[in-house]
Amino acid sequence: MLSGLVQLRAGGAYSVDGMALAMALLAGPSRAGEWCAVVGADDFGAEAAAELGINLDRTILVPEPRESWLEATAALIDVTTLVAVRPPARVPASVADKLAARLRTRGAALVALCDRGAEWPRAEVRLSTAGPQWSGAGRGEGHLRSRRLEVEVRRGAAPARRTSVWFPADDGEVRPARRAYAAVPELADEVPFGEAREAG
Amino acid sequence: MTRTLVVWCADWPVAAALAEAGLPRHLPAAVFHANLVQACNASAREFGVRRGMRRRDAQSRCPELLVLAADEARDHRAFEEVLTALERLRPGVMPLRPGLVALRSPGHYYGGEDEAGAAIAECVVSLGVWDVRVGIADELFTAEQAARCAALQETYAVAAGGSAAFLRTLPVSVLEDPDAVSLLQRLGLPTLGDLADLPGADVRARFGAQADWVRTVIHGGGARPVAGRTPPPELDCAVDFEPPLSSAETVCFSAKQTAERFVAGLGERQLVCTEVRIEVETERAAQEAGDGPASVRRWLHPRWFGAVDLIDRLHWQLVGTLRAGDIRSAVTRVRFVPEVVVPESVHADGLWGGTDARVERGIARVQGMLGHEAVVAPVLQGGRSPGDRQAYVPWGDRPTGLRDRTLPWPGSIPPPAPARVFGDPWPAAVLDGGGRPVVVLPRGGVSGEPARFRPGEREGWQPVAAWAGPWPVTELWWEPGGGRRVARFQLVGVDGRAWLVTYDSDHWITEAAYD
Repeated sequence: MLSGLVQLRAGGAYSVDGMALAMALLAGPSRAGEWCAVVGADDFGAEAAAELGINLDRTILVPEPRESWLEATAALIDVTTLVAVRPPARVPASVADKLAARLRTRGAALVALCDRGAEWPRAEVRLSTAGPQWSGAGRGEGHLRSRRLEVEVRRGAAPARRTSVWFPADDGEVRPARRAYAAVPELADEVPFGEAREAG
Repeated sequence: MTRTLVVWCADWPVAAALAEAGLPRHLPAAVFHANLVQACNASAREFGVRRGMRRRDAQSRCPELLVLAADEARDHRAFEEVLTALERLRPGVMPLRPGLVALRSPGHYYGGEDEAGAAIAECVVSLGVWDVRVGIADELFTAEQAARCAALQETYAVAAGGSAAFLRTLPVSVLEDPDAVSLLQRLGLPTLGDLADLPGADVRARFGAQADWVRTVIHGGGARPVAGRTPPPELDCAVDFEPPLSSAETVCFSAKQTAERFVAGLGERQLVCTEVRIEVETERAAQEAGDGPASVRRWLHPRWFGAVDLIDRLHWQLVGTLRAGDIRSAVTRVRFVPEVVVPESVHADGLWGGTDARVERGIARVQGMLGHEAVVAPVLQGGRSPGDRQAYVPWGDRPTGLRDRTLPWPGSIPPPAPARVFGDPWPAAVLDGGGRPVVVLPRGGVSGEPARFRPGEREGWQPVAAWAGPWPVTELWWEPGGGRRVARFQLVGVDGRAWLVTYDSDHWITEAAYD
């Protein structure tokens, strides 16, 4: 789904700043029939996950692990391919190292959902979003249809790469915005939205 | 040739319902289905209540009539007791329907057919079933008709080879097809004998398969062997503790072997259990109530129960009930009862793969740490708000009572769905251009255009860049004190983030975020 941006690697830890981005990362392996787990997210939108292609039959949720989040995550790393976890505010580097070692032995990957200002030490790749632009809603009329979003990928100390994506596009798919020249009418759709912004 | 014996318990639905309700059997009573009399007892018939009568008419003839609801499962359940008792006398019973059962006639074992009938009637009466009649004949249909001709608790035996003569005198109303009965009566053919004299092909074409079959019986072609049923095997397993055990861990440890025996017992019959009832009896409950276990709970399994799963469920049940205070004394007995069993082949693993067992073990470990309800499977269901459209089912339980997704659900928000759905909605605030709170009017309009909003306490105030809605819904209007008027809005802030904000009666909440 975000294949052009980031390649998930067994044993890696990835940091994202939003639930939607975490779901997009889960969707690929889940579509391929792998088991996924989400730890600590009591606000997991199951319908949005299904729309992104996550197989809910093979998704395990631990919404409120409380202080046992680390044990639960470690236990699920043993049996699933991809574990998304929303860590508490401060994660000591030693804990992250321990999990990383476990990830390498089990061949699983970790997605750290750092949407509450948390930081995951030792993340291999950090993904963040910026500048979301929803189209479809006006001043009471219409409804949210599609969103254009900048996804920033930072790998270690290398300079950040920014890509513009439709997340989701009008048809519910997620795809890079540049490649889709069919998106021009959608841009035209955005004009009333721009007007609304000026008026608002 | 073996003769057939039919035991008929008249008005069985009424008898079963009265027995279950613990009411005396002489009261006029009728079982109603779809507001029509399905069955009534003799006392009700004395007042003129008949089958197929409307409830209003039946009650006008007999105001003190007991109105009972039809329940086929109850009839079957109650009849099971009769079947078991008959099976003890004569194996190989063939239940035809609740209240009617056929068996191979015991012949001269009791000295004669009348004696056999008397022995069987006595056995049934000893169970508290008063109205029982026995018929014996060469074939099943004749035996059933003979039973209907018998007097209360008596036997009516049709002599060998006498079926045709007996049946010829019966009225055509014994046929179950009301259309055929009515037609035969209007054609001036009042008895089965008249029917039998008609040519066979014409009977089938004109009066249907049943009349044709009855005609064949009268002509001596109705012999059908009684196919005996196999008694259901005893599959439940129990373990007694002497002395009683007070800790959940020791109970589970001691029940391990019983759980293995339970699974093995099913396995011998190539069955697996998908729903189990676990009964826990305690010292105090046995003393106080006299009977009945202290804790009973049914457990479902998404696949099937292994011994380890059973022990897990037992542990959860014990810990849960201990915490709730239902069990206050030591446990004396644990019993596993299979509620639903299915053939093993339905659930067999594929030859390759089977990693799922590994996943189940991992999940069980997390459940052991955090409790059964802490690990959930997300499922989708129908509903209007994003929170209603999903459900978390504890891992290992089967989802029950889900709303249908294929229904239209007017007032639901069109896709895309929000990525974050808050279990506890955030308190929100929405102001119009003049800084006044926006109010949704009873007809669905808004008092002013949303201009500034704050989706939650942790989020800051910001101007509204775009908005859509409202999607108004009146929820629970059918309940007293319900009638929540709810209107949902999609609000996009100038920072580009979108929220699902709801006006609920008089305040604003944030239900979901388009993260």
